[in-house]
Parts: sequence; structure tokens; C-alpha cells
Amino acid sequence: MTSSPPQSSVAQTGRWLGLPLAMGLVGAALCLNIAIGAKLVPLDVILTALTARDPANFSHTIIWDLRLPRALIAILVGASLSVAGALMQGVTRNPLAEPSILGLMAGASFAVVIGLGLLGLADNASIPLMAAGGALGAAGLVYLISRWVPGGATPLTLTLSGAVVTAFLGALTSVAFLLRENAFDSYRVWLSGSLAGRDMSLLLTAGPLLVIALVLSIGLARQITALAMGEAVAQALGVRTFWLKAQLLVCVVALTAGSVALAGPLGFVGLVIPHAVRLFTGADYRWIVPYAAVVGAGYLLLVDATARVLFRPAEISTGIVTALIGAPIFIYLIWRRVR
Amino acid sequence: MGPSKQASVGIDPLVVDGLRVGYDDVTIIDELNLVVRKGALTILVGANGCGKSTLLMAMARILRPASGHVLLDGKDIHRVATRDVARTLGLLPQGPLAPDGLTVRELVAQGRFPHQSLLRQWTEADEAAVNAAMATAQVVELADRTVDSLSGGQRQRCWIAMALAQETDLILLDEPTTFLDLKVQVDVMNLLADLAHSAGRTLVVVLHELSLAAAYADTLVMMKAGRIVCSGTPDAVFTAPNIKAVFDLDAHVLRDPTSGRLFCMPTRGMPARSAIVSAMAIA
Repeated sequence: MTSSPPQSSVAQTGRWLGLPLAMGLVGAALCLNIAIGAKLVPLDVILTALTARDPANFSHTIIWDLRLPRALIAILVGASLSVAGALMQGVTRNPLAEPSILGLMAGASFAVVIGLGLLGLADNASIPLMAAGGALGAAGLVYLISRWVPGGATPLTLTLSGAVVTAFLGALTSVAFLLRENAFDSYRVWLSGSLAGRDMSLLLTAGPLLVIALVLSIGLARQITALAMGEAVAQALGVRTFWLKAQLLVCVVALTAGSVALAGPLGFVGLVIPHAVRLFTGADYRWIVPYAAVVGAGYLLLVDATARVLFRPAEISTGIVTALIGAPIFIYLIWRRVR
Repeated sequence: MGPSKQASVGIDPLVVDGLRVGYDDVTIIDELNLVVRKGALTILVGANGCGKSTLLMAMARILRPASGHVLLDGKDIHRVATRDVARTLGLLPQGPLAPDGLTVRELVAQGRFPHQSLLRQWTEADEAAVNAAMATAQVVELADRTVDSLSGGQRQRCWIAMALAQETDLILLDEPTTFLDLKVQVDVMNLLADLAHSAGRTLVVVLHELSLAAAYADTLVMMKAGRIVCSGTPDAVFTAPNIKAVFDLDAHVLRDPTSGRLFCMPTRGMPARSAIVSAMAIA
């Protein structure tokens, strides 16, 4: 993370202090997430399990084999989707841009379902790659459609063509699902995202991909602020805009693909978190991107915990909860913009 | 605060040589030559669509010429690294937009972008440049306001402050006074003239307002249909025949007795003031 112009105001100090504070809250959310479940695990057991694991202890086994990997997925996916949303909003200057709204997530899910169900590619390396191909294809399709309609690629046409591509690919995914229901039954996660019962071995391939993309994104954050002021201003400030946009596209596709591979399509995380973060950080992406990563991780940990306790013992999909929270905020953002 | 680098003596800071620029198949500028003088205020005028903004964008390396060259300190600007260009030449495009919620100080600090990298972080020099730029553009008291909450004139001064914080020898501005009140237009032009004449910066400005251009330009460049019709001091080129040739406008060129500056008054189709007064008297 890069340093920023010092300011006399309290805001500047607040932004520096807020980051470790937010990380501490994520740690608390992590403990809460691990504690909650069919069997409630007390905090001291969690801390013992994390620091001194006893293989014979049943609670320790639950924590290490089930709950901790699941929480790790929540952290990685929450951070990745939030950062992907922030990057897309910066590069498109569209406050509604994020992986699920602009169709990337539907593309990734569709590609994974086709790859798994029809091509039988089920190994850990293939799934993120298929997701990346699908996300990239959908992004290209959305862009081409919005370019082709009268008026060109405006925030409105991008959002609309994203919705169309999402609906269309979602329909195709459902059809493929119905045709081969038995084969696909274990892949239900790619219809609506979920953190439940995920394949932990995917963490080995998708995890590093997401970590690398997150680090690269934070490194690029400084240039995004310049890009958000328009192409000409950014170039005049010394930003190689074409190269920057190519790097950002790679980041967004990797972040979306890794997230979809791990948890399926979790809508609206990339919309909600960057906007929430902006209330505190202001408009400078040097702050927005790292904060989005931390706050997004905490958000998904809490959403996941909520999804598990809301209708206990039944558990609702994480993707349903993120949509329930995200959709009203989407409407609010449109309302504020039109007003 | 002064220019960060001194250009070698005798080399003009910006030279346009046989430039041809266009979008897709349409040629906007054809075979254009221009030499920008150091430490002077050069103002480009011309009717809408004459290519003056296109010329400015090509001079700023935003547009790539179909043929010909733009020479920055004697070197082909497209052979100079983006960052090095940004340390020598600043650009303020027409109607720039700040992201919602960006504060004035954050905006001005963006001007330090070409002087920073992941390894070279915010320094005292950056801080000093930002403070000096904000003082020159008179936006110090706005520092913690958000850009979107300001009036048009305040906003324009903030953008100029950003370009100043870049500490470049050359500053190119595209219609910096459009949509501003006349008083604010004059403030902005005074600021720009002062930058050229006191701080030794080289400025190239696209301007819509003809009389303002004639009053402030050291070199006035009049363009039509992608070509330069005439260029020189306002005294030499700001004449009724040239205005007719460039804008197809009938106008008297008059001289303000106090400042000695030229301005123009359109003539054709305008009833004389005495005629209006007598018509009102009858009513």
C-alpha cells in the first residue's frame, strides 16, 4: 500500500488508524464465524485449536477441517469480490459496476457448469481457468453489446447489457442443469453462490490466484484514481492508460474467476462494499482498494455466519443473503444518481 | 515554485511539424506547422470543429498523428516515455470530471503523480509543490471541500492548481474559461498570463471567447478547417479581414484606450443602439 499526501485534517489520521482497526474487527468476525454452527464452539476452544491443535479433540477437528477452511474462503472471496467491484467502478467510472451486475459472474458460473457437466473437467486447476475464460467472455460480450447499441458504452447501456447477459447465461446454466440433473446435483453452488460444503482442495489453486490478484490490485490503486478523472487527464499525468486497463482487466477476471470457483456467484458484494468504504475513505483509490479488501472479508464472514443461524438448523445460501442485502443498495444508488 | 527543468537554450519547447491528425477516416488537421514560444501565452482560436482541440490533444501526446511530428524540447513526443512527458508537459482537457467525494487537496495532489512511484513516496517536495500550487490558484481555503461541491469557477481553479502541482515547463489548457462568469474568466486569464510572464511557464490555451483571446495572447493562432490561417501578435493578426476569413463574422476591431488591448464588436445584423432607443420612445 502506498503512502498518501499528508493532510492537516483528522480524516487522514483516521484513515491510517482505521485499517488496523478494521483488521481487528475481521479477526473478531473470523472467531464468530468459526464459533457459530450446528455445534457452538466457545472462544477459548477456538483459540486453543488455532494455537495448539489436539488431533484427538473433536472440536479441534471440526475447526481445522471444516470451519476454518470455510472461513478462509469467506475472507478470500469477500476481499476479492469487493476489490473487483472497486476496480471496475474506477475504470468504468460507473458506480454500478461490479462482477455480478456486468455479467462476469454469470459467465464464470456458466463456463464452470459446462466444463464440469459436459466436458468432465473437474480438477482443481481447470475450474478457476474455466471460470476465468467465462468471465472474460462475458465481459467482452457485455462490452460489445453496449458498444453496438445507439449511444455506445455508457454506464446505463453497460449495466443493461450486463443484466441481459446475466439473465441469458443464467437461463442456459439452468437448462444445462435440468437436462443433466443427476450429474449436476453436486454443482448446485454455481446456480446461487454458497460457502457450504465447498471443496477445500480448490483453495490450493484458487487461493494463491486470488492473493496474487489482490496484491497486484492494491499496487495499481494509485493509478486508478488518476484514471477515474478521465482518460486524457490520466495520460497527461503519465499513466499508460491502455496498459493499466489491461492489467486491471486481468485482475478483475482473476478475482472473479477465483471467487466463483470457490463459492459460486455471490451477487452484489462488489457493489455494497466499495460504496460503504467510500463513506469513510473518500474517493481516493489508494484507500478504497485496501479498505475494500479488509471490509469485504469481514462482511462475507458475517454474512456467512448470519446465513447459518437465521433459520437454524436449516441454512440458506450465502448468495441469497448477499442479494437480499445488495439489491436494496443497488436501488438506492440508482435513486441517488437519478435524483 | 518554478519550472522543474530548464530546456536547452535555443530549442523551442514545442514544435508542430507537418502534422496530420484525424479520427478513423476523417482528417481533422492537415499539414499543420506551429512553433510555440517559450515563456509566452499562446492562444488558439477558431470556429467550432476547426480542429483546435484536436491540435491541443495531439500536442499533448493524447492523439497519435497520422503523419508529421510533435517535438517536445526537440524530441519526437511519441518517442518520449509517458512519464517523462508528464514531467515536462501538463494538460487540462475540456470539462474534466473529478470522482464524487474527491477533496480539493486530493485532486491537486494528483498533479504529483508523475513525480512518484511505488518506491518513491510522498515527500516534502511534493507537499511544497501542492501547497504552492494551491496558493497560486487561490484554492487554499477550499482544501478540504469536495470538488463536486464547488462552483464552476472554483472548480476550474482547482484543476489549474492540479496542473501547476505537476511543475511542468509547458501547460496546455482546453477552454479553461467556458461556462464561467466574465469576472471569473478574467481571473483565470490573469492567472494564466501571470504564469507565463512571471513564472516563465509556456502556456498553450484553446479559447472560445475572441476578445479575451486578443486581450491576453502573446501569440494568437487563428484556425479554420484544420489549418492555421494566421498566427502572430494580436496587433498583427487580430484584424477585421482575418476575423471575417476565420469566423465568417463581420466585426469592428477596436482598441481599449486604457489598456491598449484589442477587442472586437460584431456588426452585421445588429441594429444601432440609437435606433432601439427611438423605437422604445415611440412605444
